Amino acid sequence: MDDLLSEFLTETSESLDVVDVELVKFEQEPNNAQMLDNIFRLVHTIKGTCGFLGLPRLEALAHAAETLMGKYRDGAPVTPNGVSLILNTIDRIKDVMTGLETNEAEPAGDDNDLIEQLEAMALGGGDVAADTGDAPVSAETTDDPPLDVPELERELKPGEVSLDDLERAFLEAEGPDLSLPEPAETEAAPADVEAAPVQPEVAAPASADAAPAAAAAAEPQGRAGGSESTVKSQSIRVNVDTLEHLMTMVSELVLTRNQLLEMVRRINDSEFKVPLQRLSAVTAELQEGVMKTRMQPIGNAWQKLPRIVRDLSIELGKKIDLDMSGADTELDRQVLEMIKDPLTHMVRNSADHGLESTEERLAAGKPETGKINLSAYHEGGHIIIEIADDGRGLNVDKIKSKVIQNGIATEAELETMTPQQIHKYIFAPGFSTAAQVTSVSGRGVGMDVVRTNIELIGGNCDLKSEAGKGSTFIIKIPLTLAIVSALIVEACKQKFAIPQLNVVELVRTHANSEHRIEQINDTPVLRLRNKLLPLITLGQLLKLSDEEIAEIELQSDAETPDVENDQSFFVVVIQVGNQSFGIIVDSVFDTEEIVVKPMSSMLRDIAMFSGNTILGDGSVIMIIDPNGIAQEFPAQAPSDTEAAEAELEIAHASEQKTALLLFRAGSEEPKAVPLSLVTRLEEIDVAEIENSNGRHLVQYRGSLMPLVELSDGARIKSEGSQPILVFTDEKHSVGLVVDEIVDIVEERLDVELTSDTAGLIGSAVVKGRATAVIDIGHYLAEVMGNWADTAEDVALAKNPKLLLVDDSPFFRNMLSPLLNAAGYEVTLTESANEALTLKQNGAAFDIIVSDIEMPGMDGISFAEALQGDPQWGTTPLIALSSHSAPQVIERTRRAGFFDFVGKFDRQGLMESLKECERKTGVAA
Amino acid sequence: MSADTNISAGATESIDDDASSVEYITVTIAGQLFGLPIHEVQDVFVPDNVTDVPMALPEVAGVLNLRGRIVTAIDMRTRLGVAPTKNDTKPMAVGIEHNSESYGLIIDKVGEVHQLSQATFEATPSNLDPRWASISSGVHRLDGDLMVVLDVTKVLAIGDALIAA
Repeated sequence: MDDLLSEFLTETSESLDVVDVELVKFEQEPNNAQMLDNIFRLVHTIKGTCGFLGLPRLEALAHAAETLMGKYRDGAPVTPNGVSLILNTIDRIKDVMTGLETNEAEPAGDDNDLIEQLEAMALGGGDVAADTGDAPVSAETTDDPPLDVPELERELKPGEVSLDDLERAFLEAEGPDLSLPEPAETEAAPADVEAAPVQPEVAAPASADAAPAAAAAAEPQGRAGGSESTVKSQSIRVNVDTLEHLMTMVSELVLTRNQLLEMVRRINDSEFKVPLQRLSAVTAELQEGVMKTRMQPIGNAWQKLPRIVRDLSIELGKKIDLDMSGADTELDRQVLEMIKDPLTHMVRNSADHGLESTEERLAAGKPETGKINLSAYHEGGHIIIEIADDGRGLNVDKIKSKVIQNGIATEAELETMTPQQIHKYIFAPGFSTAAQVTSVSGRGVGMDVVRTNIELIGGNCDLKSEAGKGSTFIIKIPLTLAIVSALIVEACKQKFAIPQLNVVELVRTHANSEHRIEQINDTPVLRLRNKLLPLITLGQLLKLSDEEIAEIELQSDAETPDVENDQSFFVVVIQVGNQSFGIIVDSVFDTEEIVVKPMSSMLRDIAMFSGNTILGDGSVIMIIDPNGIAQEFPAQAPSDTEAAEAELEIAHASEQKTALLLFRAGSEEPKAVPLSLVTRLEEIDVAEIENSNGRHLVQYRGSLMPLVELSDGARIKSEGSQPILVFTDEKHSVGLVVDEIVDIVEERLDVELTSDTAGLIGSAVVKGRATAVIDIGHYLAEVMGNWADTAEDVALAKNPKLLLVDDSPFFRNMLSPLLNAAGYEVTLTESANEALTLKQNGAAFDIIVSDIEMPGMDGISFAEALQGDPQWGTTPLIALSSHSAPQVIERTRRAGFFDFVGKFDRQGLMESLKECERKTGVAA
Repeated sequence: MSADTNISAGATESIDDDASSVEYITVTIAGQLFGLPIHEVQDVFVPDNVTDVPMALPEVAGVLNLRGRIVTAIDMRTRLGVAPTKNDTKPMAVGIEHNSESYGLIIDKVGEVHQLSQATFEATPSNLDPRWASISSGVHRLDGDLMVVLDVTKVLAIGDALIAA
């Protein structure tokens, strides 16, 4: 296409968008001369350019519209009909432009209908003529839906001007030249203050007879620009393809950097480390910068909404006020493109179904004008968009009957649901609340399509509704799609990436641990915080070759404990929309920032994958599409998101709070242990308890489990059932005899240490009562220690020396007996500085376990201080932290930690220590 | 060898009417000589570190990273319905670009480039296995050998073939 023509199309469509918005505003404030000036000038520009390029149809249309606006500027009363007529003209211009874009020539057609109306209205000077024009106008509105006009979306914001244009404007503006058809380029400059020297000519025709405008040419420009808060003073126009290409290249750079990092990670003590770190930082910054160029204010997706709402309010006979806030919230243009239609649909929906008719509103004692509030803001890595109306709210009974009628759920199922859960059915496929099909919405394209579109880009929808007060739709979407953080997992020896966005948590399962995969008719499920989570095995789902093996391992349940049984699995808990499920994988690696590459068209119909990517080691892996996997599960009743959120909060709360199991044993005073240490609560029949060599034993899961009594605690009952707490360490379990399990509470654990009473860490105030915190390690050591002497797998020639750095006395006291029991010679320090003093004194350790969050020098600085140290530089470090955010984990790894373990993950710590030994040759 | 010299001699002769002569890169799959129009071929490489794609069509051998691009590898033996090779020799792959996507056709070995005139070209014999016929555009009669011309578009129309079948 001719460069000049394509530039014209781009500019004009931008101008038209502005005109659209401004006209609607203008209608509200007919006395705003500046606004009118701005519109007039834009239309005038279009007219001038069309003449210049030889486009008679467009020129005639623009001219007629300009004439009518000229009348308004001269003081003719502004009428809705007149504005409608001009808007229709704009639509027609857009139609012609679409033709122009595809055929490079104006499509044939006759615009006399519109031109005559415009002229008649201009001549008649207002209402009288307006009435004659009314009927055809509204016919036009429906014939000619403005939405269908494909728009050119460019990087520049409306009213902005490119530097090129400016430059040309300067070159061409050689002297005062008041002839009307200005060269196209100069006229697009209204918003730019820097264009001031050129402005007098540009503004001249517009401001000639508008009294206030004569004051200063620069002033109205400033104002016009000011109406768009996002307008920046300097910008250049860049082709989207160029940006896309840049993005691709940066993505490649990120991949290469990851590859390098991976390589250097394997080489210890490499001279590349420092420059690579620099490269890494620069790459990250570059990536961020390029991402920024792709960012667009969400307002760009909203541009058409005022016009749509205005047209709707006329069509539906409702008074609607659209209020938009946060229009300058930025998000990736790819995401922007994808939410445009769903957003439009939702706003239409609010206007059509959400808001009552004017009479209903008055009857309900509400203000006549209905309000739709559209707002956007950032929250974490997401953008939240809310569409709120103050209409009638969702009608639960209507939804119910519709749900039953469409066979989505049964009456009995609905009975048990909360109104919130019922509301969610409007997102269900095959549901549309529209009792009546209007031209606006209710064409069978319901909210489910909206939801699907939003979930497609990894977002989700939620809604709140109150009868009579209105409804609010909340959309949460990611900022960008191009680079995502993903969890790398392995199933049947093959790696896959799962987008972190959908991962709620990770659960490690083990046949003997608190989390154990259970089966109902061969269907795996997991008990997670008092709920059953449906599970699916990734290997089986993807029909990977090893499926039989995986299945056998899963089925070998508690009754037949064997070596196979000891294999642990990971369950990746996924949330897609309202649906939660777990994916069973063999192992989990770290999280990586991956660049999503689309699947080749040949593989695109595999629903399980959303794309593929190249990992740091150069291999290609598939990116799992949680939406695709969710479809493997029969649709669940929409769960109450609040409950899901509460569940999430519990998961997060454990970061600050400790779940404690309260029980009574012996005395009346409650006792507590951290719940995470407890493997299971059991009640056993006293009759099953056997005595052997002065010890109480019970057969438990196929092996003998010793029972221990607290020093001052409960004695085993003489009959009935005996509650015990089961603690498991590796293969051995110990049962702690208690009288009664009282409660499970989440408390900030503030332990006051007491005297050296064996088996007691100290006391804490739990639920307002002084509670003794039991030192499980003591009891474990009591039993395990005995085993250690005999069992060969724990037998030691020499105890490896372990340094534990933790500022919390509670943890020091809890961990040291455990570590002792595991065969380590433990040295405790309260701070990193203390540890460094030990180093200076020449102490040597085989392994160091350090807390991350410590006052003074934290764990990361500690690790960095040790890196390259001649004495301790090679000693493996394990990080302990209550924060498990991927960034923290990544930081610790970068700082030189061998592994990262959650603070309460005792099992994890033991495994990590073992792993460490294997790798470094330290034997325990 | 003599066949090759003849061909190159033939090629020099036919340069005059270059409109009807096409350069082919020859490959061998299960002992049969195939030809791919050279303008379709981007590169020839040894497929390494191929990642299996679960749930994919059997013809898809997997995906691999070729200098930062993700290439979908097609197992030509499966595509032609012949048994997988028992030899331990490393397979080769011919990289092609189709609809701006990268594919790699995994073949047994790559031969040389021939410039062939239209005179030796014939339509696919009617009695050829339909599976073979569906992906070839014709046959070149070479001295002592027949070269089946692969039609890249048809080779990659795997899904469509399934629907048709």
